[in-house]
Amino acid sequence: MAEILAYPTTQPRGETFSYLPPMTPDRLRKQITYLIAQGWAPAIEHTEPHKAFSSFWYLWKLPMFGEKSVEKILAELEACHRANPGHHVRLLGYDNYTQSQGTAFIVFRAGAR
Amino acid sequence: MASTTFEAGVKDYRKNYWTPDYVPLDTDLLAVFKIVAQSGVPREEAAAAVAAESSTGTWTTVWTDLLTDLDYYRGRAYRIEPVPGDSNAFYAFIAYPIDLFEEGSVVNVLTSLVGNVFGFKAVRSLRLEDLRFPLAYVKTCGGPPNGIQLERDRLGKYGRPLLGCTIKPKLGLSAKNYGRAVYECLRGGLDFTKDDENINSQPFMRWQHRFEFVMEAVQKAEAETGERKGHYLNVTAPTPEEMYKRAAFAKSLGAPIIMHDFLTAGFTANTGLANWCRENGMLLHIHRAMHAVLDRNPYHGIHFRVLTKCLRLSGGDHLHSGTVVGKLEGDREATIGWVDMMREQFIPENRARGIFFDQDWGAMPGVMPVASGGIHVWHMPALTAIFGDDACFQFGGGTLGHPWGNAAGAHANRVALEACVEARNQGRAVEREGREILTEAAKDSPELRIAMETWKEIKFEFDTVDKLDAPARSLVAN
Repeated sequence: MAEILAYPTTQPRGETFSYLPPMTPDRLRKQITYLIAQGWAPAIEHTEPHKAFSSFWYLWKLPMFGEKSVEKILAELEACHRANPGHHVRLLGYDNYTQSQGTAFIVFRAGAR
Repeated sequence: MASTTFEAGVKDYRKNYWTPDYVPLDTDLLAVFKIVAQSGVPREEAAAAVAAESSTGTWTTVWTDLLTDLDYYRGRAYRIEPVPGDSNAFYAFIAYPIDLFEEGSVVNVLTSLVGNVFGFKAVRSLRLEDLRFPLAYVKTCGGPPNGIQLERDRLGKYGRPLLGCTIKPKLGLSAKNYGRAVYECLRGGLDFTKDDENINSQPFMRWQHRFEFVMEAVQKAEAETGERKGHYLNVTAPTPEEMYKRAAFAKSLGAPIIMHDFLTAGFTANTGLANWCRENGMLLHIHRAMHAVLDRNPYHGIHFRVLTKCLRLSGGDHLHSGTVVGKLEGDREATIGWVDMMREQFIPENRARGIFFDQDWGAMPGVMPVASGGIHVWHMPALTAIFGDDACFQFGGGTLGHPWGNAAGAHANRVALEACVEARNQGRAVEREGREILTEAAKDSPELRIAMETWKEIKFEFDTVDKLDAPARSLVAN
């Protein structure tokens, strides 16, 4: 049996996909493709890290209703990140059928390389 | 009508309760029973007897029958079907007028439909296979206090199933040691931990002490991870008064979710607690101890899909559904059938999944199915494929049994879950490619690698006792 590894001090996380390695551009494109294919409306939110626990982050512009271009969504994520370099930035997919979000995950994590 | 005269004596049930020409109304409550009649009793007579005994009839005529409009109130057996692959049993379809039942009372429905009739001599065995609640009746019930959509919004968790763990050993831990186990699970990446159903308020750990230490653990894990966490505080109690007292204390500590055992405590207690949860913004996790006593025998009792429907009406935000893949009973297609019944808005008749009627829930919120029992990281691909996102997977031994402890076990499960969700979203066949998906993910997670080594040999391959009836199975195979 392998030696017992001490579990590290608890790290701040950010819900879905935050236990996987940071998204590469290729992996991110695939997730955006999935979001579009589900018929969800992409939207971008950002926040100062110390306010991240709230239900409400800043909404970046408006949800991109009907947007089918992965590249345009990526460009908006980049624009939000450039304008708010110290913030977490997450992508979500509004699902108007369930009146909820089909997915939401952090794309740019404050403090990450 | 008033001209009918009273004739004392015993009549064939068929005379009044077998009505093959009857077309059920949209407002009728419909039931299908699987019946094995006593030898010599014709099927129509047995079906009519069940309809009579579960509605207006008794064994002999009484003069007071003539004081009411029995034609309006009687249950009617309206169809008989053979049970495929079984020459002894048959299905009897019965329609009950909605006014036989008190509004909003699952208790009243069950008292009528599965009351005296189950001890009735004319039938050798009886099983309630399915029920169709008319939308008009659904609208009189409170249903889940919050529902899946509100739970996700409260917790801020989207696009993946939730993860839980039942704290073990089930009995004997002190409150502080128990809280330690909770804290480790939650800081390692789980969304929820759960009281075992056996834990109420025993001498080794009284409920107040458990609630206090557990909530300290929950709040510390939330502060450290930045994620919302919860522990299903079991408020199942000897009396309703005590149950509400425990629920109120949980709320005072800031708990987001409490737990109840709906069958052992009963539907009256459950419906009351669901109402309390709705008024107090509390999520309600429902455990199902005693269900197998009622639902496992294919010839006797109440099918779990019926219990599922009753719980959705009575109220609960989570309900244990079986896992299909773990240590506990559960046929795959049948399980998907009742999982749909928990969380969808409209479920069409589908005999291949054991669903006998269309069921319309209207705007009633959905219940989140909980897969729990003998599951571990290797089951994650199948669970993700079978249940989709709106479910909670609970790994008890599969978290706490990790060689490096609870936090590492929790972390391993979370990595495995997210890897499976990511792969599914990429269009990969998660079940078939499960081994590769987990192996890739384990490259970045020593916790997952060790979990995969620890449990790779464990399987649960006993056959299911309560199978779907035969041709349904062949439909599945097609």
